[in-house]
Amino acid sequence: MTTPLLSAHGLTKAYGNRPACAGIDLDVTEGEVLAIVGESGSGKSTLLSLLAGELAPDSGAVRYRMRDGQTRDLAELGPAALRRLMRTDWGFVRQDARQGLRMAVSAGGNVGERLMGMGERHYGRIRGQALDWLGRVEIDSGRVDDPPSQFSGGMRQRLQIARNLVTGPRLVLMDEPTSGLDVSVQARLLDLIRRLSAELGLAVIIVTHDLAVARLLSHRIAVMRAGRVIETGLTDRVLDDPEHAYTQLLVASVLAA
Amino acid sequence: MTALLTFQDVAKSFTLHLRGGIVLPVVGDVSLAVEPGECVVLGGPSGAGKSSLLKMAYGNYRCDGGAILVRDGDSVVDVVRADPRVVLALRARVIAYVSQFLRVIPRVSALDVVEAAGRAGGLEAETARGRARDLLARLNLPERLWSLPPATFSGGEQQRVNIARGLIADRPLLLLDEPTASLDAQNRAVVAELVREKLAAGAGVLGIFHDSEMRDAVASRVVDVTRFAPQARAA
Repeated sequence: MTTPLLSAHGLTKAYGNRPACAGIDLDVTEGEVLAIVGESGSGKSTLLSLLAGELAPDSGAVRYRMRDGQTRDLAELGPAALRRLMRTDWGFVRQDARQGLRMAVSAGGNVGERLMGMGERHYGRIRGQALDWLGRVEIDSGRVDDPPSQFSGGMRQRLQIARNLVTGPRLVLMDEPTSGLDVSVQARLLDLIRRLSAELGLAVIIVTHDLAVARLLSHRIAVMRAGRVIETGLTDRVLDDPEHAYTQLLVASVLAA
Repeated sequence: MTALLTFQDVAKSFTLHLRGGIVLPVVGDVSLAVEPGECVVLGGPSGAGKSSLLKMAYGNYRCDGGAILVRDGDSVVDVVRADPRVVLALRARVIAYVSQFLRVIPRVSALDVVEAAGRAGGLEAETARGRARDLLARLNLPERLWSLPPATFSGGEQQRVNIARGLIADRPLLLLDEPTASLDAQNRAVVAELVREKLAAGAGVLGIFHDSEMRDAVASRVVDVTRFAPQARAA
């Protein structure tokens, strides 16, 4: 089996003496969606920040297979190389669009900025690609010059996706991308994420508290509780035949529509 | 020749942690095999564990012990112990599973649902499109519905989409859990014909059919699941 695109080994992080993540091992590879589920405070978002290199772990490591095929420890990359990786080969879709977008900059500018970060300077090409991506995330081209502060919640999330995918990343991290949206808006966004991740063969790590989102999007799932992964495996197996008492509780707590 | 599917001494129970950890034994000492061209029908009363056996073969349920061997070309995979990625690859290439319910995806049309299943099963885009249309037509799904998402369809219409999705690719092992339960006689006959075509092409079927007409139309033999009833065990 090939080397995973990203792998974490023994990731541990404590805030004071409260462990947020304790000895987490996981990996993900191209074309694969991994869901991390658990309740608030289970350590899901801390884990995502550790994977993204935004937080330094107390111990453990994150390894990533670079475009040249070499697998590197993120801690050894240095801040400049890490930023470059985040701007080009990785995407990060935030729960709060205001953290993932520049709210006062036009939609086209939001998408174009990542291209400029890769060295693209040709205005026409940047605008052309921005328009193409706005179309792919179903944002009307007439809105290209409007800032996301004038967009609805669902449009902002779709714009975040366009901004992240325009550079052709191989890995996309998502932190509760659909929470706080109306159900119909959520369905549209989920369909978009499902379709694009499959078409582009992305590796996706999605943090969600919503088991239905995990079931729809992910191939594999990791259930977190109190900073630990307590159960992991095929998504449908974990949700339909949960082994751990806490996973059984989570699954049993979902209201069936 | 190796069987397409072999259960070896498989046991399954559920431990209900939310109910004080009581253990519900489902089946024990399950051994059976499905050969190419053979349709093995699971018989026995409701609750005997028939659906659980299919779900275990699909990797959807865990097993307490034993092995479930699935032939994948020249190699054999034990679904009980296989890595999730290996199970997903088996589902793409080898195992088709048709349940009684279609889990619909919002906004995706019936035709696209079926076509996507064909693509996932290794068909070229054009072949998948053509077969999807043929299958939906044979299953008498009105053409005006093809471009609509199945969420609003009737139970029988959804089930025909589900069957088309399960049968479109050339997967050699079919797990069929009451695929015809919500269909009328005419459409049941179509499904029986589709299953017989798969068998003639060398596929193997492990299925549950309560409808005796359907069972008689496709079964090579019937295995009574009550013989796998677990002995009462001390919890």
